[in-house]
Amino acid sequence: MGSRASTLLREEEIEEIKKETGFSHSQITRLYSRFTSLDKGENGTLSREDFQRIPELAINPLGDRIINAFFPEGEDQVNFRGFMRTLAHFRPIEDNEKNKDPIASEPLNSRSNKLLFAFRLYDLDRDDKISRDELLQVLRMMVGVNISDEQLGSIADRTIQEADQNGDNSISFNEFIKVGNVYILYIDIDIDI
Amino acid sequence: GDFFLMLIRFLRFVFVGIGLPIEASAPAYQSHGTEGSHLTNITNTKKAFPVLAVNYEHVRKPFEIALWILLALLMKLGFHLIPRLSAVVPESCLLIVVGLLVGGLIKVIGEEPPVLDSQLFFLCLLPPIILDAGYFLPIRPFTENVGTILVFAVIGTLWNAFFMGGLLYALCQIESVGLSGVDLLACLLFGSIVSAVDPVAVLAVFEEIHINELVHILVFGESLLNDAVTVVLYNLFEEFSKVGTVTVLDVFLGVVCFFVVSLGGVLVGAIYGFLAAFTSRFTSHTRVIEPLFVFLYSYMAYLSSEMFHLSGIMALIACGVVMRPYVEANISHKSYTTIKYFLKMWSSVSETLIFIFLGVSTVAGPHAWNWTFVITTVILCLVSRVLGVIGLTFIINKFRIVKLTKKDQFIVAYGGLRGAIAFSLGYLLSNSHQMRNLFLTAIITVIFFTVFVQGMTIRPLVELLAVKKKKESKPSINEEIHTEFLDHLLTGVEGVCGHYGHYHWKEKLNRFNKTYVKRWLIAGENFKEPELIAFYRKMELKQAIMMVESGQLPSVLPSTISMQNIQPRAIPRVSKKREEEIRRILRANLQNNKQKMRSRSYSRHTLFDADEEDDVSEVRLRKTKMEMERRVSVMERRVSVMERRVSVMEREGRWRGRVSVMEREGKCDGEGG
Repeated sequence: MGSRASTLLREEEIEEIKKETGFSHSQITRLYSRFTSLDKGENGTLSREDFQRIPELAINPLGDRIINAFFPEGEDQVNFRGFMRTLAHFRPIEDNEKNKDPIASEPLNSRSNKLLFAFRLYDLDRDDKISRDELLQVLRMMVGVNISDEQLGSIADRTIQEADQNGDNSISFNEFIKVGNVYILYIDIDIDI
Repeated sequence: GDFFLMLIRFLRFVFVGIGLPIEASAPAYQSHGTEGSHLTNITNTKKAFPVLAVNYEHVRKPFEIALWILLALLMKLGFHLIPRLSAVVPESCLLIVVGLLVGGLIKVIGEEPPVLDSQLFFLCLLPPIILDAGYFLPIRPFTENVGTILVFAVIGTLWNAFFMGGLLYALCQIESVGLSGVDLLACLLFGSIVSAVDPVAVLAVFEEIHINELVHILVFGESLLNDAVTVVLYNLFEEFSKVGTVTVLDVFLGVVCFFVVSLGGVLVGAIYGFLAAFTSRFTSHTRVIEPLFVFLYSYMAYLSSEMFHLSGIMALIACGVVMRPYVEANISHKSYTTIKYFLKMWSSVSETLIFIFLGVSTVAGPHAWNWTFVITTVILCLVSRVLGVIGLTFIINKFRIVKLTKKDQFIVAYGGLRGAIAFSLGYLLSNSHQMRNLFLTAIITVIFFTVFVQGMTIRPLVELLAVKKKKESKPSINEEIHTEFLDHLLTGVEGVCGHYGHYHWKEKLNRFNKTYVKRWLIAGENFKEPELIAFYRKMELKQAIMMVESGQLPSVLPSTISMQNIQPRAIPRVSKKREEEIRRILRANLQNNKQKMRSRSYSRHTLFDADEEDDVSEVRLRKTKMEMERRVSVMERRVSVMERRVSVMEREGRWRGRVSVMEREGKCDGEGG
């Protein structure tokens, strides 16, 4: 445990993360201990293998996508700041935040940022549209191997047909938010124990 | 004059001896028949063969039951023919008024109006309503809010009972009220009867206001789950008031009893639910009786738990919830429709009868009126409910992600209606209770107040406060996909955080369900089918059936797979303007009371009409598109046929003669196409 000393979290860092993500002090320390327990290489960053070792992600159909969401474009390592930044999307929206300083940039866990995060998980090539192929990939991941391609294809077609309003045969972000009950799109998890 | 007499005699004939538990004198004319036969026996003279004879006694009981039900339904029919009335006054109020009128009429004739017999109520009228509610319970909102619902149901009801009982006892101590004979236990008993929110009344009123899903499930869930508390409190205080004293041991046993009653009820219901699911696995050759299994197993669950004094309502809910996913995977589409329709039908009839009988019973009495007691009861009901909701919400909001706003709290408090269950429990009180009549009167007054005043004003208040209404959305594959997607996402993120929360356990349950339970309870190979595929298949099936019925598709399809490819792959575009027009018309046709998921609907009046209507509109749009495609493909086929013929004729060199034939054909095609 000796080599851990160099990776202990400094107070200034905690403050910065708090300002950026909105997590509380205790949440940040708790997540930091989780981060270090995942970090088998003890070098202050997590690699993809570290994530893949988590049992819940191994059996999760969307495991790979979730892991990818933590890593910024083209990088293979994520430090604690990046880790927290991604997790900040899942923090529940609190009432008092609505009265915050309007000049400040939109918090990471605002309603639209949450939805954008979910949208980006579908839209891998970042062209701001969920194409039929991207949808097919997600469906295939969720449904498993027993279903035929043509069946999956007709589901994808139907999905796009329902959501698509401007006729470009793909789902844009605006169409994405309109579809489905807002109540369902509560992308929150309670991080406190 | 004459007509009036005849009418009275007819009514006498009809209503005499009505009400199953009440005996009545035989009508005057009956003796004539027996006399006749008596004479025949004595004198042995040949009597003319009776061409027409009347024997009312023979059919009396079923006749009266059928007549009551028919009258109730005719009343219901009548209301909906008067549009302005049904928009302002909730149906429950109108039915109670009708009951009052009928009761008054019976009393005027001089007969004894029947009272809502508790046994009839609990064994026949209540189960269909609860089964309907439980079978179509929207699982997702319910499980997401189950903690809040339980807190309201258990702690809220306890608070109400003790608050009201205690304060009423204090009231009775005041000399001027004149009720000094009432002891604490009697007051607490009364408090426990009146404190429970009634599912029938809540369903009846909330049906029509289309409040947002959260508030709806909170009030409704509370009304269902507080049955266990009511049962325990009622039995507890009844036992104690006979004995007269309460010890600490008794209180402790009471708490234990509560857990036994509620968990036992749920267990009984779950067992029967699994039995029903297992049975449905083998019904593929006897599709016609499938719905009966659902009804009978549920009813048996209710009766079995009532037998052990467990909570019958919770058993019924548990049974419906447990068996539904498996039964629906096994039964045919027609059985599903049958179950849905029968449940709606029975619960509708039950509800109507309950409210009418409430009205009739009010006229029947017996009544003992005490201004102070009754008025205080009504006021205390409101006050304790409001205080309870506010206090509990304050505590609950600390644990909730989605907080309850003040508006939500108001509707939850205001929607705590009392109904027939309270009345029946009061009626069950043995006659030895000296306060029975007073209690009954107070209960009826509270019920009237909540149903009439709160029931009628809740709709304008909802409008006034701009409370969030139910979001209308079609059953959509998008929603289903996104929901599942989010579930996986959030489970994964919980895993990353190392946090074993809500989603983690839900995922574990799903996995257990998929690997072990489904294997046993779902017929054939279907248990491997992912939920998404099953949902999609059902959606396409419904649409296909609708298209076949509207004459769009040939009714004989080669295989089920082709049914899924009904969606036209390349839709020739109807002109943009026309499509916009069609879309605008469709949107204008959307009614307000559309349900989120057809399979999760629990509306009383609009079962198929709303769905069918806009699905028909949707079908019409697709019809137009498909019509165009069909025409295009027909023309293409014809063109290709003609081309082929041309090439064949060219080769055979007899094209000159054939061309004239084809020209003729082409002309016919041109005219016909």
